[in-house]
Amino acid sequence: MAFHKPHELHSRRLGRNVGVLVTLLAFAALIFGITVVKIANGSLMEAYDHQPRASMLPPTEPNR
Amino acid sequence: MSDATAFDRTGDARFGDYVLLLKPRVMSLVVFTALVGLLVAPAQVHPFLAFASILFIALGAGASGALNMWYDADIDALMRRTARRPVPQGRIAPDEALALGAGLAGIAVVMLGLAANWVAAGWLAFTIFFYAVVYTIWLKRLTPQNIVIGGAAGAFPPVIGWAAATGGTSLEAWLMFALIFLWTPPHFWSLALFMKEDYHRAGVPMLTVTHGRRATRAHILAYTLLLAAFALGAGFTGLGGPAYWTAAVVLNAWFVLGALRIRRRDEAAAEADGYAAEKRFFRFSLLYLFLHFGALLADALIRAWGAS
Repeated sequence: MAFHKPHELHSRRLGRNVGVLVTLLAFAALIFGITVVKIANGSLMEAYDHQPRASMLPPTEPNR
Repeated sequence: MSDATAFDRTGDARFGDYVLLLKPRVMSLVVFTALVGLLVAPAQVHPFLAFASILFIALGAGASGALNMWYDADIDALMRRTARRPVPQGRIAPDEALALGAGLAGIAVVMLGLAANWVAAGWLAFTIFFYAVVYTIWLKRLTPQNIVIGGAAGAFPPVIGWAAATGGTSLEAWLMFALIFLWTPPHFWSLALFMKEDYHRAGVPMLTVTHGRRATRAHILAYTLLLAAFALGAGFTGLGGPAYWTAAVVLNAWFVLGALRIRRRDEAAAEADGYAAEKRFFRFSLLYLFLHFGALLADALIRAWGAS
């Protein structure tokens, strides 16, 4: 029976793991919220992904 | 004996021990002053980004607290005030405190840069470096002016909050900095007067240890007078308003009177009443800072209400 008896160490570790879980979930939610607000405010979200970025090309003369 | 008993070590910390490592009481002051800096700044910030910015400033402060506890574990163990901290108690290993502090510092700076701007993030990085390296590692054990210089680290949060809102700093931001910077020495020296054994035992060169208690009392008065001049001077800038003026006049008069009372006392008088005047001055100093920043916030709200 003693083998299954939860030790104080286990409850301590469980509390710590739950704390880390809650912290990570809160951090993910925070990043999601920041992203939503930034995009809603019209922030530029382009990254350097090897695609041509029209906003970075030099202005060209219109064809005559 | 169960299997688990074999692994029972004091080093297995609770989640709360990691929270303690971030110095939550100091963090609350950082949150409040950074929030005031952000709200009194002449710029509009989305409430969620403001919330996130304050959170990351607080996390940066917590990270520097963890780095401080990592480096100071040896002297923390010798002082009654700090002996129960998680590292000197053996609940968290010093290396773990270092890793957590460095990791959280990186996260806080990068996330503040992404949530607000890189000027604010740069000031946060500098603050963490200043507190952890310049103050904790370099000057704390070297000079009796440690508190004066270390006070700068605690004074940055309103500047960072202001920078998060505006993308830069200005005279008003630096006046809020001066308010905390000049407040720190009288606050800590009054504590050192009645916690004398602690610093002595740890060999930290506090002014009370190196220059004596009479010199410390004179220094408290000098810094309090300088603080009062800056606090009243701030009223003439864009920060000032009816609430600030009322608070500044009353609080600074009271604070200067308290410092004068401490200056006039000698050790025999202080010992006789259990350092009552020094303890009262220390407790009042907490209220002093809280009410000054509260008044700045009140005036900003009055201005915003008047403009709408």
